[in-house]
Amino acid sequence: MTSSLLYALAGTLLCGIGLFGMLWLSHLLRKLLAFNIMGSGVFLVLVGLPQNQGGPDPVPQALVLTGIVVAIAATALAVVLIRRYYHLSGLTTLDEEPAFREGGPE
Amino acid sequence: MIRVVRLLILAVACLALTAALAASIWAIAGNPSPVNLPQLLSENLDRSGVEHPVTAVLLNFRSYDTLLEIGVLVIAGIAGISMAKTASLEDPELRTSDALLYALQRWFIPLMLVLAGYLLWAGADRPGGAFQAGAVLAATGVLMRLGGVPMEFLRPGLLLRLGLALGFMVFLLVAVASAIGGDAFLAYPPGMAKILIVVIESVLTLSIAMVLLALFVSAPVNDAEDPEEGSPS
Repeated sequence: MTSSLLYALAGTLLCGIGLFGMLWLSHLLRKLLAFNIMGSGVFLVLVGLPQNQGGPDPVPQALVLTGIVVAIAATALAVVLIRRYYHLSGLTTLDEEPAFREGGPE
Repeated sequence: MIRVVRLLILAVACLALTAALAASIWAIAGNPSPVNLPQLLSENLDRSGVEHPVTAVLLNFRSYDTLLEIGVLVIAGIAGISMAKTASLEDPELRTSDALLYALQRWFIPLMLVLAGYLLWAGADRPGGAFQAGAVLAATGVLMRLGGVPMEFLRPGLLLRLGLALGFMVFLLVAVASAIGGDAFLAYPPGMAKILIVVIESVLTLSIAMVLLALFVSAPVNDAEDPEEGSPS
């Protein structure tokens, strides 16, 4: 059990937290944040797991660097889309009826 | 009651997924990998044209990923701009009237531009490169936008289109040129790797900064008759 392996396991935990947030929260911005947490977990696994076996590995690090920039651009695009959706419908969730509190429509 | 059951099911499912992921990572960590990528990389680093392994991977050994990545960025930027209301691009209400920001801006903007240039150049032999430089450049643009510095090039027009697409175009041109020359797609001609990487990184920096800045600028959609952000519609 090295510290790099701990990073990878923390990454899986972040993935789980992000997935739960994605499925449970209904506000679109919260969903987006949860999605980003999931992505950070994947990056942590990608960097931490190879580091466990023989030092830092530049190949996954380069892939994660690419991934971070794509994640920023995708998040910004998602915010633009959410704002457009709010502008057009006045809703912040994907539910049919307006729900101002988080949680399902029940 | 239904909500509690749903919450429980969701929590159990997410916990199960986390446990499965952790178990597979534990199993992978136990086995040594069959190929030693870092060693393979350090043996071939001389042929890449740069001294820093991450830059070598990004712009030489796995440049296909970087080409696709800048393609994705350009598509995201175009989609973001097409969603926005272009009238709000020069909205004076978006500017802050903070005196401290105005005062600091004069110091920060030149410094940040120099820092972006340094990061771009440093990518050859130490941590740095097009992505970091592009992010700093985009942050400079955000600061300038908040401070109300006029940026005519962000208006929809030839300059904006050119700035968005320049990185992708130059990268693709190099890739196709080497393919037409009889070599593999994206294989740099020997001896020209360094200069080509520097050129590609410079235009990539510009395009990444333009995409991020365009997405930031295109985010506000405000209209006088629209409800406020916080108020229920």
